[in-house]
Amino acid sequence: MVNQLGNYSLYIALLISIFIIIKTSLSFRNSSNVLSGNIFSLISVQSLMVIISFLTLIYAFVTSDFSNETVYNNSHTAKPLFYKISGTWGNHEGSLLLWLLVLTIFLFLFVIDSKNLPQRYRTFTLFFQEIIIFGFLLFILFTSNPFANIFPIPSEGTGLNPILQDPALAIHPPILYLGYVGTSIIFSSALGAIISDSINKSWASHIKRWVLISWVFLSIGILLGSIWAYYELGWGGFWFWDPVENVSLMPWLCLTALLHTVFTLEKRGTFQSWAIILSITTFSLSMSGTFLVRSGILNSIHTFANDPSRGVFILCFLFVLIFISIFIYFFYQKTITVESTKTFLVSKETAVLINNLFMMFFLSVVLIGTVYPIFLEVINDEKISIGPPFYHKLIIPFLIPFLFFMAIGPNIKWIKDKMGKINLKDIFIFMISIVISYIFVNKFGVSYLLSLPLFIFSLFLFFVTIRDFFGKNINISQKISHFGFSLLILSILLNGVLAKEHSSNMRVGDEIKFLDKIIQFQNIEVIKKQNYQTLIGKFNIVDENNSLSLKPEIRIYDQPQTITSEADISSTIFADNFLVFNIIKNDGFYNVRYQIKPFMIWIWISVLLISLGGILSLKKKNV
Amino acid sequence: MSKNIKLISIVLFALFSFFILLKGLDKSNTYSPSIDKSKIDFNFKSKYLFSEKEVFLNELLKNEGMTLINIWASWCLPCKDEHAYLLKLKSLNNLNIIGINYKDNENNAKQFLSELGNPYTKIITDPNGINSIELGAFGVPETYLIENKSKLIIKKFIGPLDDKSFIQLTKIIQ
Amino acid sequence: MNKMKILLKLIIIFLFFQNFSSAETSQQVDKISKNLRCLICQGQSVYDSQSDFALSMKILIQNKIDEGNNEEQIYDFLKNKYGEWIVYDPEINKNTLLLWVLPLILFVFGGILILRKVSIK
Repeated sequence: MVNQLGNYSLYIALLISIFIIIKTSLSFRNSSNVLSGNIFSLISVQSLMVIISFLTLIYAFVTSDFSNETVYNNSHTAKPLFYKISGTWGNHEGSLLLWLLVLTIFLFLFVIDSKNLPQRYRTFTLFFQEIIIFGFLLFILFTSNPFANIFPIPSEGTGLNPILQDPALAIHPPILYLGYVGTSIIFSSALGAIISDSINKSWASHIKRWVLISWVFLSIGILLGSIWAYYELGWGGFWFWDPVENVSLMPWLCLTALLHTVFTLEKRGTFQSWAIILSITTFSLSMSGTFLVRSGILNSIHTFANDPSRGVFILCFLFVLIFISIFIYFFYQKTITVESTKTFLVSKETAVLINNLFMMFFLSVVLIGTVYPIFLEVINDEKISIGPPFYHKLIIPFLIPFLFFMAIGPNIKWIKDKMGKINLKDIFIFMISIVISYIFVNKFGVSYLLSLPLFIFSLFLFFVTIRDFFGKNINISQKISHFGFSLLILSILLNGVLAKEHSSNMRVGDEIKFLDKIIQFQNIEVIKKQNYQTLIGKFNIVDENNSLSLKPEIRIYDQPQTITSEADISSTIFADNFLVFNIIKNDGFYNVRYQIKPFMIWIWISVLLISLGGILSLKKKNV
Repeated sequence: MSKNIKLISIVLFALFSFFILLKGLDKSNTYSPSIDKSKIDFNFKSKYLFSEKEVFLNELLKNEGMTLINIWASWCLPCKDEHAYLLKLKSLNNLNIIGINYKDNENNAKQFLSELGNPYTKIITDPNGINSIELGAFGVPETYLIENKSKLIIKKFIGPLDDKSFIQLTKIIQ
Repeated sequence: MNKMKILLKLIIIFLFFQNFSSAETSQQVDKISKNLRCLICQGQSVYDSQSDFALSMKILIQNKIDEGNNEEQIYDFLKNKYGEWIVYDPEINKNTLLLWVLPLILFVFGGILILRKVSIK
């Protein structure tokens, strides 16, 4: 019964969507049209309807209502309450409903937030956003309805994939989606702005907030996904260049470029067309990401059974939006009122363009690396894998000049700056970076090509961003974000170069020597938990001075029956000690993998700093 | 004019991507290299099951006709399902079926065969799975139909045999 | 019989690769297996995976190294069995030329656009 409530609310939302689209498109002719209170209340009702249907689904999950097919497929009565709730968005249907929820709530907030902007612009933005909402409603209702019924009602559900039963992963999707779907407003607003010819400084300072919001959520969402992969997948890595990860990185790169462009547009009123192109691209990338992940086109063998009609629907919808935006862009491009501003070679504007160039390059590497195998397979029937070596080879050489420009860029003035003013301090910092890097690379015998220049320039950026904290010409949020980024690169680099690992098969009681340490496998304890049984291994890592006890787990879940390994990680500010063990078929033996991961915690902290910069920048402008 | 060229080329590129992705959706996600490319030499040594003797797989392929190679294990559930098909193939065509016992325990394998019947002419072992890799296998169960003369794989089944693959197989053999 | 085989192998290793300590071979195995896709897993490398396929693969790599094969030979051997799909680092050939070159072309193209936009004076 309650189940149907959710279903009907979605139909009402669909009707409202159709009504608003017709109503707004009729009002385009008279340009003076004011967004009537009428439409505003319709949008409120629509958001309410989607909220109701979302709550209905949560309710169905919490009460384990197995007459609902989605609940049946993804839940189980023995699951803890927290994961019953997070199970709501841990599946295809529910996650799309979450998409829709964010879409409508953002539209609602946008309408409130944009009160002071031109009515024509607001109406158009509303129109485009409603088209997106309409598309998703159709998609949900006709290909992936979360409220489908099964009869007869099963007495028990099939359970949620245990690998997803994890606190970080429970909140990861909502946060990532806020960022992901947030780009829809930027897209609609860009199209609205180009038609109503209102791409100017005030549009920039208005849309900047939405860019920042999406960007902050996306950054934190990616961070959570990374942390989860680090301790749950048991590989000890945090980024694998897996297509599913790439798909979240692409909009982030594009948003970062857009962020810098919008700042420039706000300050100098220039790069209008480019800002529009980036806005459109960002959302297209988010949609493509949804397509690539949801359609199963990227999955390797042993994939889940996927309904091909879903993939076809999202693909068509994605390209409808892309074509609409291409035509609108080309048709209205002439009408953009260009403020005749010159861009001088040595100016912050140029620095922003260089930032954008590199962002677009990194984006193209990730995008091409992700979709190339699909293209090649269709055209040539050849199947290839593109993995970390490809991305490293193309990205690392370009990272070096990027770090250099990032160090000097923020200190260049707007409009026009003088060339030869490179000061002695910069040169001094650079010299110090060279010396430290040289000593470091020699001491640790790092032999990778390019590692020396990479160290020099990341250290240079690191020192410069620290120095900039004492300067006055950069605002605090930018200082924090840029410092965070330099810290990120440096920690990844140190982490990659200094990491040590050892993997071997051990039995209870075994001891293994590794470097100057001894790994002791002391015992195994078996404990029964609510919906799984766990084997807790007790290990001691002993070196000259102290001994560290680590207790990784192997969990055997009943519903569905799956084995997961939970790594035990002891973090200090210098390094993580990471230990994970797995069952292997040989009786009594376990595969034990021990890793020392230097500066791991700083990778997480630096991403938080980057996001913090975004949050501060958001607060400042609201005052 | 140049605007139009830009517009047209972008639209064409978008259409191109659209159709590629649309076609990509139809592609089967299971992948096996096309048969003519997998040059497999059956020249690796392995131990017989239930015996200490060793043999090259090569020697087990006769000079004429066809051989079916089946990778199986007693712990693999789908292997039980496909076992009936192997027995039927054996009785129908008196086919030379060679079993590769994958990462198994000899006692369990013995029990498996005494319960379900033994369709295999000869069984060799693969205690750590590397012989199966020589064949280009992904896991258990997998079945290969080999023409003895040319030593080429004519047909490859990844996963358990079923009605469909059984009909395919009998057709090819006859 | 099996023990004999292992002993024989050990002797061979000892004779021919005296300077090749076991720690180094296992590092070599790690390096190679990181570069191979575990074909039956979802987006994991052979190194990362604990599946039967990956475990056998690691033994196979170890054996191949002991037999004196180098990295390239092992990749070639596996590509022969499983196709290009198994290696993560696609080699440059007519199929993958665009993959490697396209980002670079875009970078140069973008650079030219910026130079045209910026007034030097």
